[in-house]
Amino acid sequence: MRYKDTTELEISSLLEVIYQKYGYDFRQYSEAHIRRRIMNKLRMSGLENITQMQSMVLYDETFSASLLQDLSITVTEMFRDPGFYRSVREKVIPLLKTYSFIKIWHAGCSTGEEAYSMSIILQEEGLYDRTTIYATDFNQQALNYAKQGIFSNKMMKEYTSNYQLSGGKESFSNYYISDDNNVIMNQSLKKNIVWANHNLVTDSVFAEVHLILCRNVLIYFDRNLQNKVQKLFYDSLIDGGILCLGSKESLRFSEFHEEYSELDKQQRIFKKKY
Amino acid sequence: MNYEAIVIGVSSGGMNAMKTMFPLLPKEFNIPIIIVQHISANSENLWIRLLNDKSNLEIKEADEKEKIEHGKIYIAPPNYHLLVEKNKTFSLSIDERVNFARPSIDVLFESAAEAYKNKLIGVILTGSNNDGTKGLKLIKEYGGLTIAQDPSTAESGFMPASAIAAMQVDYILSLEGIINLLIKLTQLQLYK
Ligand SMILES: C[S@@+](CC[C@H](N)C(=O)[O-])C[C@H]1O[C@@H](n2cnc3c(N)ncnc32)[C@H](O)[C@@H]1O
Repeated sequence: MRYKDTTELEISSLLEVIYQKYGYDFRQYSEAHIRRRIMNKLRMSGLENITQMQSMVLYDETFSASLLQDLSITVTEMFRDPGFYRSVREKVIPLLKTYSFIKIWHAGCSTGEEAYSMSIILQEEGLYDRTTIYATDFNQQALNYAKQGIFSNKMMKEYTSNYQLSGGKESFSNYYISDDNNVIMNQSLKKNIVWANHNLVTDSVFAEVHLILCRNVLIYFDRNLQNKVQKLFYDSLIDGGILCLGSKESLRFSEFHEEYSELDKQQRIFKKKY
Repeated sequence: MNYEAIVIGVSSGGMNAMKTMFPLLPKEFNIPIIIVQHISANSENLWIRLLNDKSNLEIKEADEKEKIEHGKIYIAPPNYHLLVEKNKTFSLSIDERVNFARPSIDVLFESAAEAYKNKLIGVILTGSNNDGTKGLKLIKEYGGLTIAQDPSTAESGFMPASAIAAMQVDYILSLEGIINLLIKLTQLQLYK
């Protein structure tokens, strides 16, 4: 048997407390990732060790809330990986067009940039009015931010370029109004987005959908947990439905590998077999 | 000492450094090498294929959850941090940039130090920032072996100089010197 070092023991005990007290289950997340986030938090907090942090989690709700924020990585972009969105336009949209009503699930939508990107594509392709987008995350703070649809001006240069590279048909600035610091996305873009708190680890299927996007979320989970979440996706998709993963994620090692065909191998777009 | 992995951090000037080093490694080289090279987010990894053609060892991009194996050289994918797990597999993350970099050398080095403890060799090569200094220090604290490229021989000496200033680095060598040392260390392991 390999003996665990003190930090490892402290971390697994801390995760147990977080789960028992708040219901957030990080016990099957990537260990190296969780350790890094917790050690960062420890350094910033001035606490002496993780055991002290554990009593903070037990007695201090404000501290716990900020720790939960630190454990959820909300880094995201509009039209991140333009090649992916190009493939959505070219390969996924034609399939969606065959349905009279479309349901899309963005799992782990973070602060919403992905969902707004999808809304833009759907508007341009004339599908928006018959679509409902479920944008879910377990981070309520991120969801609240997403709902507002207000983003920093600083990012717009990069997003505009991403949008154009992804095959965007309009001038990107048509989709927002801006002031000195921020842009406000057009109201019409969020009309059909339903923002909801959903935890992929502990919550279950909530709708039958035609398309699932879950990008850069599963990389934080261990293999077992990845499989569990893949089952959730499989059960939520209609036959012939589409699953989109992040550019470094794959189905290769999952139990559901055989249940999908590859719609675009490079862009990690899969189609559930009939 | 039986080393189990080598981590290398390299930034500006890295392409030339890797072109010089990798072809010099023999087929029998039996320790996995894991590299963070600072590189722009949307770059295609075509250069990996080009390097591969000239190398005796397989050079590939590290996949998430991939088992780390001997005889391979792994490169962090652009725009993701690369971490090593205790069970000697890789994880990827898109956390904030660290030292303005994603992938960051510190992130790889610190996680690898936790995973391999004193069985790790850390190497800092050419570069013009100080990413990797903290990570190399941690490798040293765990009893691993630390190496920096001699700044006077580096295309950009700032990154190795930063490491050398912050700690007692075990070896300061030219690229050829580093490769020779690594080969010697692994040969000792082969015949033990
Ligand atoms: C790195 S972001 C990815 C955002 C976006 N999909 C992208 O690729 O740009 C990961 C998101 O997954 C969410 N997340 C992590 N674990 C989760 C869970 N168990 N249930 C729901 N969301 C989760 C985090 O809160 C975070 O917003």
